[in-house]
Amino acid sequence: MAEFAYEPEPEVVLAPGESIQEISGKSPWRLAGRRLLRNRSAMASLAIFLAIVAVSFGAPIYSNYIAHTEWKSPNISGTTVVDGKRVEVIQQGGGKLGLGEIPIGPTWRTNYLVGADQQGRDVMARVLYGGRASLQIGIWSAVLCCAIALVLAMLAGFYRRWSDSVLSRTMDLIWAFPVYLLAISLATVLLTKPNGLQWGPIHVVSSSLWVPTVIIAVVYVPYVFRPVRGQVLSIREKEYVEAATAAGASNRRLMFSEILPNVLTTVIVMLPLMIATTVLTEAALSFLGIGVQEPQASWGTIIDDGQGLLYTRPLVAIVPGIMIVLVVLSLNVFGDGLRDALDPRAKVR
Amino acid sequence: MKRLVSFSAAAIFVIALAAGCGGSKKSTSSTSTTAAGGKGGTMLTLANTAPSGSPDPQVNYTLQEWQLLIFTHDGLVAFKRTGGTEGTKIVPDLAESIPTPTNGGKTWVFKLRPGIKFSNGQTLSGADVKATFERLFKIGNSPNAGSWYNVIVGGDACVKTPASCDLSKGVVVNGNTVTFHLTQGDPEFLDKLAVPFAFILPADTPTKNVDIPPPGTGPYKWAQYAPTKQIKLVRNPYFKVWSKDAQPAGNPDVIIQKFGLTPDAEVTQVQNGQADWMFDQVPAGRLNEISTKYADQVHINPLTQVEYMALNTRIPPFNNLKARQAVNYATDRNALVKIFGGPQLATPTCQILPPNFPGYEPYCPYTKNPGSGKWTAPDMQKAQQLVNESGTKGMAVKVNTTNIDPPKSYGLYFVGLLNKLGYKASLQPLSSSIQYPYVQNSKNKVQMGYSDWFQDYPAASDFLVILLGCGSFHPNSNSSPNIAAFCNKGIQAKMDQAGQTGITDPTAANQQWAQVDKEVTDQAPWVAMMNQKYVNFVSKRVKGFIFSPQWYFLLDQASVQ
Repeated sequence: MAEFAYEPEPEVVLAPGESIQEISGKSPWRLAGRRLLRNRSAMASLAIFLAIVAVSFGAPIYSNYIAHTEWKSPNISGTTVVDGKRVEVIQQGGGKLGLGEIPIGPTWRTNYLVGADQQGRDVMARVLYGGRASLQIGIWSAVLCCAIALVLAMLAGFYRRWSDSVLSRTMDLIWAFPVYLLAISLATVLLTKPNGLQWGPIHVVSSSLWVPTVIIAVVYVPYVFRPVRGQVLSIREKEYVEAATAAGASNRRLMFSEILPNVLTTVIVMLPLMIATTVLTEAALSFLGIGVQEPQASWGTIIDDGQGLLYTRPLVAIVPGIMIVLVVLSLNVFGDGLRDALDPRAKVR
Repeated sequence: MKRLVSFSAAAIFVIALAAGCGGSKKSTSSTSTTAAGGKGGTMLTLANTAPSGSPDPQVNYTLQEWQLLIFTHDGLVAFKRTGGTEGTKIVPDLAESIPTPTNGGKTWVFKLRPGIKFSNGQTLSGADVKATFERLFKIGNSPNAGSWYNVIVGGDACVKTPASCDLSKGVVVNGNTVTFHLTQGDPEFLDKLAVPFAFILPADTPTKNVDIPPPGTGPYKWAQYAPTKQIKLVRNPYFKVWSKDAQPAGNPDVIIQKFGLTPDAEVTQVQNGQADWMFDQVPAGRLNEISTKYADQVHINPLTQVEYMALNTRIPPFNNLKARQAVNYATDRNALVKIFGGPQLATPTCQILPPNFPGYEPYCPYTKNPGSGKWTAPDMQKAQQLVNESGTKGMAVKVNTTNIDPPKSYGLYFVGLLNKLGYKASLQPLSSSIQYPYVQNSKNKVQMGYSDWFQDYPAASDFLVILLGCGSFHPNSNSSPNIAAFCNKGIQAKMDQAGQTGITDPTAANQQWAQVDKEVTDQAPWVAMMNQKYVNFVSKRVKGFIFSPQWYFLLDQASVQ
């Protein structure tokens, strides 16, 4: 017979500026939403992030109706009009020897706003299209990663014994590899498959955005699995779970009604931080040529394109760099705000 | 010679080849010189990495090491150590004269110059010559032993059982006279004797790969070979000039090549006078800068090389002649030249052989208004018509390149072009270290793959036979330089005929090679893109720059004093 242990209810903890009257009778989710809306820096960060998402997903409008420039196909022999004059997009180098070909620089007009890359493509249009790919990969891989980690952590933490041993050791194994090394190895193998990937009826071409998405999701699973599993193990021992068990609740009910709602907040708090991490990882992989495949663009591929132009056209690398910084910074600040809102007891900032 | 000059990694790789036959020694090149300086001092050169592969002179197959080996070692004959067309001329080196072959080109008798010493003090003898050629097979990994030197009687047996290699019947020594007996006439035999694989080493050199080139007979000797740090050459105290044409005395006392800097950092060091020359090509992003501020320190020289996209003639869509010709007509070669750095650095081409090369006659059918032999503009209308006729429209095409520029940019250009022509194209960029073996292997089914080719020596067969001969296609092998998997029986017969003609009549042979070049071009196994020029960037103190068409910048002939 298990020894009965009484644990008193923890004291109600208020977020800064809150009173008992304000929070009484309100659901935890509503309270969290309220706290989040009151956090100005978190809301400003969210606004910046959403603005970047909006302009990135509006890339076709910019390219087709505002700039009227090419973002994907090379335009090496092309021309454009600047201040009423027709000029070449790729111009011959200067000096005594006329060496090197230089893409047109920032026109500060709608066409070639921040200049062209070595292929004569509009960098601003590519940055917006690149944002679509980077954000799409970043968001999907973070969601996928958190979902996989949540399922595995629930199984490991709830059933314990052999399922916990197998899953935890597998995660340890993945964790043992440096993230980038593992991602690079997986990407190199998958990208060199002559006919893409074939799993039964599913065929994925090697240039598909799903290749980096899945790779990034997989390599980060242990990073979410660990804390969530720990929480599942802890919640499983709580009195209300024991009470539900004593009342004859099934395993499914215990998992979905008692444990899942309590670990979900942890996953939600981690999600924006994971998106920031996966956006950075995508940029790194694409910079190395093993993420998004040209002629598609991502911020990483554009920085790679700009590497060779650092001395002549530095904006090609700087602009996508700024976008990455803004996205990562805004997601980190927003993630902090979300954690404060969902868990006002957390002391660590 | 396959050379991959990476603008970021700047490594140079070269692969084992199958050699063909035919051709002659007529070629031209340009040279840039500045006033000669004095002797002495240390010339400091830079390279991103050490020459790839073993440093053994009978194994290493990189321009980077060959550029140094030519003034530490000698062969029986040599390419004249000078610039311009003269630099492709074969002159006697350790041999007193160039013999006239007898017995249908199968017997060559060389007489060694007396009194020549190795850098360890030993005197050169006929036994060293025989031992050198036996060692070439005995070490087991000399890339061209089985394809260039197996023509020596006993060579084939040596390829089969290297350890017991015996060339007593193929290389007969009688005092200072060395007689080579060949199994068949070889019009390129002298060329093969003039490259580092055939440089004479002391007979007691171990028959295994060495960590530093062994003693040679040139004006310098190898004092240090540290692959992660530097190569250091110092004067050979036993050297005396016996032929200025073949092996002149060098100017600097010490020549050092340091490794580890990026090409960008190398440019900065040369600009600052901290180094005298960079082996790697100047990165595209720095060209404008050196053109504007350091023009007097830049030397631009045309190369006998070609950049191309191979079209796999055995799998769709390019097993269709019209599809191959369509891509050729559609290609804007000026755009590709722009990607490389502009018209100052490359010239568009449609054909296999580079300009000023044996057998070269200007020919370009894939241009608007053909006839002049020069490419002028793409003909999209004709290209579109050919694609429609070919029935290949809508097919998927993967364009394989390295993942560094400019090849990656060429690939992107072709992806855009193929999509415009109605194909579904995508890019497959691979790391430089794996792309060349990958693209050669027919198992990988590469439909369109980037490559380039630099001459080993001036002979048309060095391009046409090696890159497009039936015998150069090896299915499922990483060493199959015929990337297009092209084999046309009629054209192959003409290649063989030109090779035979070359034994007795090099001029007539070159006319035959010119015809072969045109017929291959008509079959469009490649999109030949351009012939590049080489940018040498030297420090202010370097005087007497000479560019050899065979060995490029003759480092030892320049002065830093």
